[in-house]
Amino acid sequence: MVFLIYFGKTFGMSSNLRTFCSIGGAGKYSDFFKFDWKAQRWNLTVVLGAIIGGFIAVNFLSDGSAINLNPQTISDLKELGFENAGASILPGEIYDWSNALSLKGLAILIAAGFLVGFGTRYAGGCTSGHAITGLSNLQLPSLIAVIGFFVGGLIMTHFLLPLIF
Amino acid sequence: MKFLKFLLVGIFFGIVLVKSEAVSWYRIFEMFKFQSFHMYGIIGSAVVLGAISVWAIKKFSVKSIEGKEINLPPKDKSFTRYILGGTIFGLGWALAGACPGPMYILLGAGFFSMLIVIAAATLGTFAYGLLRNKLPH
Repeated sequence: MVFLIYFGKTFGMSSNLRTFCSIGGAGKYSDFFKFDWKAQRWNLTVVLGAIIGGFIAVNFLSDGSAINLNPQTISDLKELGFENAGASILPGEIYDWSNALSLKGLAILIAAGFLVGFGTRYAGGCTSGHAITGLSNLQLPSLIAVIGFFVGGLIMTHFLLPLIF
Repeated sequence: MKFLKFLLVGIFFGIVLVKSEAVSWYRIFEMFKFQSFHMYGIIGSAVVLGAISVWAIKKFSVKSIEGKEINLPPKDKSFTRYILGGTIFGLGWALAGACPGPMYILLGAGFFSMLIVIAAATLGTFAYGLLRNKLPH
């Protein structure tokens, strides 16, 4: 983030979703998407870098060791039906193709993505824009947004996940 | 070459988030269960480091690489949009276990089903754009 500020930009990953909409021609439907997306190419480049970074980290910089989760977390997840918690980065119960393409699994991924995309734009930022850049810049709105992130996250983790799984 | 530095920032961001396990669904779950300091440590240290940097940039009027004044746009003043939008985002974050940065990193890491989440997130942003004038901000 500090690098990006130095480069004269601000760190915010979720803006790219709006850029995708504009590239796809969403400007026809809402003025919100009528902006010069080419000015956002730098941020798309960060996205490309992030994809490459993810590839490098997993293929060349990891030894495949498990994530050292709290044993309580692992047993809580087991009760929800998640086996081998922490053995991989993501739970196969959600992200394996066999689950991702089941009716329920597909609904989960689409609902999750939709909430993230809708919420982040409504709130004007995500973890990078609000929690990191915004709080660093001592912005009260970002603190409110982060409190919102936690309200939503706590409701999901404590009440909704047990109902879903 | 203008874009190379952004590509490198992205690569760095991707590697750091994988190695720190911040891209893990399990770590997000653990965070919302308050069962580990891990994620709080990562976000907290990023904020502390960021705050010191922002303070120093303002204090010493550091210029950007292009020699321009550095301005961090202040966020618009409001309460409703941040608390409602934030809560909606939080619901999705805890379910997907990924926010808009890690989604791409995880795609690169080989989790291709993340494409469904990215597509849905784009659709969500599109829906916001359509409804924007009807929502309380």
